[in-house]
Amino acid sequence: MHLTYREWWALIHGIIFGAFFLLAFSGGLAGLWSLRAELVTAEGLRERVRRLKLGTVTMAVAAWGTVATGTWIVYPWYRSKAPDSPKSKLLADPSTADWHEFGMEWKEHIAWIAPILATVAAGLVVYYGPALARNRTLRNIALGFFVAAFATAAAAGIFGALITKAAPVH
Amino acid sequence: MATPAEIQPQPAVPGEAEPPSGPAAAMILAGGIAVFCMGLVTTLGEASTGIGDALSWNDRVGPLSGKTLITVIVFAVSWGALHAYWRRSNPLLRSILIASVALIVLGLVGTFPTFFQAFQ
Repeated sequence: MHLTYREWWALIHGIIFGAFFLLAFSGGLAGLWSLRAELVTAEGLRERVRRLKLGTVTMAVAAWGTVATGTWIVYPWYRSKAPDSPKSKLLADPSTADWHEFGMEWKEHIAWIAPILATVAAGLVVYYGPALARNRTLRNIALGFFVAAFATAAAAGIFGALITKAAPVH
Repeated sequence: MATPAEIQPQPAVPGEAEPPSGPAAAMILAGGIAVFCMGLVTTLGEASTGIGDALSWNDRVGPLSGKTLITVIVFAVSWGALHAYWRRSNPLLRSILIASVALIVLGLVGTFPTFFQAFQ
């Protein structure tokens, strides 16, 4: 059982940051959805808002970490001109070329939308704090950005996993 | 034993004033502008070899380096500028949100391969 240096970075990019992102999303979604003034006491609201701020900021940081490591560390190995690079291997076979021409081309761009939307969601939570519990419209706007961030990250993540299966970075 | 009235949660911080909507509007619109920017530079990079080459700020990463850094810079600058402009005001969030969602949808279209590869 051994991981190369490149495989370690692929792991940090996809699994470590990805796991943080998923955990923060699950907690943040449940927290935002149920953050209603009529359901919690003032003391409970303070505690939940503190946790929600931590969760949404963690999600945004994880999203930036994922795209930064993916683009600036792992992606150059993927797109190397060497004949044994994942991109070269995928393009060499017409039956796998679409993994690059559609899958990777979409993934590498849409992935960068996730941290932007996650940052907006986290910014709204940090700025409004307890007011989100009283104002349903604000809460829904924050939820919309939060879920959209997850959806774009999920599209990128699914293609990342499938492309890695077809042509892993070694 | 607690009575139902005692178990009922009390409304949380009932009288606390809501902060001005300006800073939130700045975040929401800056997000839309940044996503639109990503879609625009992606499509422009495919439409023109010259622009694609100019976006290669880093040889190892290729054009994606310029696209992502421009997008991050546009996000930060537009957020900062809009925040300074709306800091103490209360713009209507509804119209800002509609504009932002429209920009996000256009940005998503611009980053979709079937769309931007049509300009190659």
